[in-house]
Amino acid sequence: MNLAEGVQIVSFGILAAMMIGTALGVVLLPNIVHSAFLLAGVFVSISGLYILLNADFVAAAQILVYVGAVNVLILFAIMLVNKQENFAKLPGRLIRKVSTAVVCFGLFALLGTMVLVTPWSLDTTSPAVINTVVSLGEHFFSDYLLPFELASVLLLMAMVGAIILARRDLIPESVARQETVTTSLTLPERPRELATLSGNEQQD
Amino acid sequence: MNSGIDLQGSFIQTLKDFGLSTGLAKAIWVPLPMLLMIIGATVGVLVVVWLERKISAAAQQRIGPEYAGPLGVLQPVADGIKLVFKEDVIPAKADPWLFTMGPVLVVVPVFLSYLIVPFGQNLLVTDLNVGIFIWISLSSIAPIGLLMAGYASNNKYSLLGGLRAAAQSISYEIPLALSVLAIVMMSNSLSTIDIVEQQSGFGILGWNIWRQPVGFIIFWIAALAECERLPFDLPEAEEELVAGYQTEYSGMKFALFYLGSYVNLVLSALVFAILYLGGWEFFIPLDRLADWIGVAETTPWLQVVTASLGIIMTLIKAYFLVFIAILLRWTVPRVRIDQLLDLGWKFLLPVSLANLLITAALKLSFPVAFGG
Repeated sequence: MNLAEGVQIVSFGILAAMMIGTALGVVLLPNIVHSAFLLAGVFVSISGLYILLNADFVAAAQILVYVGAVNVLILFAIMLVNKQENFAKLPGRLIRKVSTAVVCFGLFALLGTMVLVTPWSLDTTSPAVINTVVSLGEHFFSDYLLPFELASVLLLMAMVGAIILARRDLIPESVARQETVTTSLTLPERPRELATLSGNEQQD
Repeated sequence: MNSGIDLQGSFIQTLKDFGLSTGLAKAIWVPLPMLLMIIGATVGVLVVVWLERKISAAAQQRIGPEYAGPLGVLQPVADGIKLVFKEDVIPAKADPWLFTMGPVLVVVPVFLSYLIVPFGQNLLVTDLNVGIFIWISLSSIAPIGLLMAGYASNNKYSLLGGLRAAAQSISYEIPLALSVLAIVMMSNSLSTIDIVEQQSGFGILGWNIWRQPVGFIIFWIAALAECERLPFDLPEAEEELVAGYQTEYSGMKFALFYLGSYVNLVLSALVFAILYLGGWEFFIPLDRLADWIGVAETTPWLQVVTASLGIIMTLIKAYFLVFIAILLRWTVPRVRIDQLLDLGWKFLLPVSLANLLITAALKLSFPVAFGG
């Protein structure tokens, strides 16, 4: 075993332990903010696994998109809408828990059999450093063109939706002014008049 | 094109000549450039702190630090030692774990980004295929640390400052990435080495600053906003938010934030120098000059001179940009938060998109000048 292989095995062990640990933390911790921060740990360790698989671009994109955007968005949502409510007793908790356990175990068994049944054709020789960006681009514009375009249309739709939601003047007043509940930790939204001081006269 | 001095190759060869195995020689080599880079980054911060104090003093017609060492050069060291010996206070109602992790998450990605900063053909920690993209994605981790610090302090100023910081760095990451993308499109590679190579050959005339006149302004504005330098230092605007997310911090944890922001400033200046100012290239093409006076490219003394000139040029360019950033701090008033977000989303984003499209069009029509 040479140096590179040893480093790979050790870092795989560390990354796997980190991923399982943080993922368990996300599910089990009582404080939702702690869970959200640990989610970043899960994403970072997945990105580390991508690096071990020689997928450097995917690893960097994983950090940029999931840690830098998705997780920050989740944190913003949690911190801005910090609603504190007591959990009401649900009827039939035992049945819910048992059915959840069955579904989880079923999924685990399915994935486990998939891992065991699939004839993995493992290549023991590590490939030379390839330009992953170029091969990704070639795949995107040849055999994966349809999923690529569909994903871009989906993102466009999400963007249009976000803009519609952000522009209050496109939503009728009665719908927009529904929520007036403020808890102690909510940051109240800045009134729109402040932003348009100059154009105030025409509206009033 | 010869590859210049190969420190790694010769170091490993020397160790092997002493009778060590190849694996051991490589294992001894691996931590050396990393350590050197961390030390270099920290010393760079000390220099920037001293420069900031001296230049701001000059801008306000004061003298600045002058007792600690000649011209006060030891003042930043004294500052650092003071911060190390201060008591490390964790507020009573704060979340101790998140409070401690916050500064760490801000500092570590910044130091990691030094992986891809080249000071010469072979003078960098590692030449990654995804080079400059690593910098962009690592800098997107910092907002998490800022949110963590703001939330864990259990203080309304900290929370507001943390949210502002995260919002600011997310909004300015997009124009930053788009202006970098225009450069990447011209050099056909994300690797920092290739980006500098593409600018070489014509001296100062070949630098990207002439090909990307809009791009470099967008990049510099966005980089200043990412570093929270003064026209955009809203997250810690003293008059509104005490010190933003740093309000409850003291001692070494505060020093980590401080260090992180200055390392980030130096890093942004270095990346600017690589992307737009030709990295380690001299003002005139040195290899042509050597060719002209009849010295072979592989002459040892020429290689040493070129390599040291490369390091000096990179640092000169970077510190020139730091100088501009410090001068900006003392001449430009702070923007409001709505002005900041308006500038980012309504002006810089469309302009950088247009810049990207124009670059693509120019690349197709003039492949000679725009790296076809």
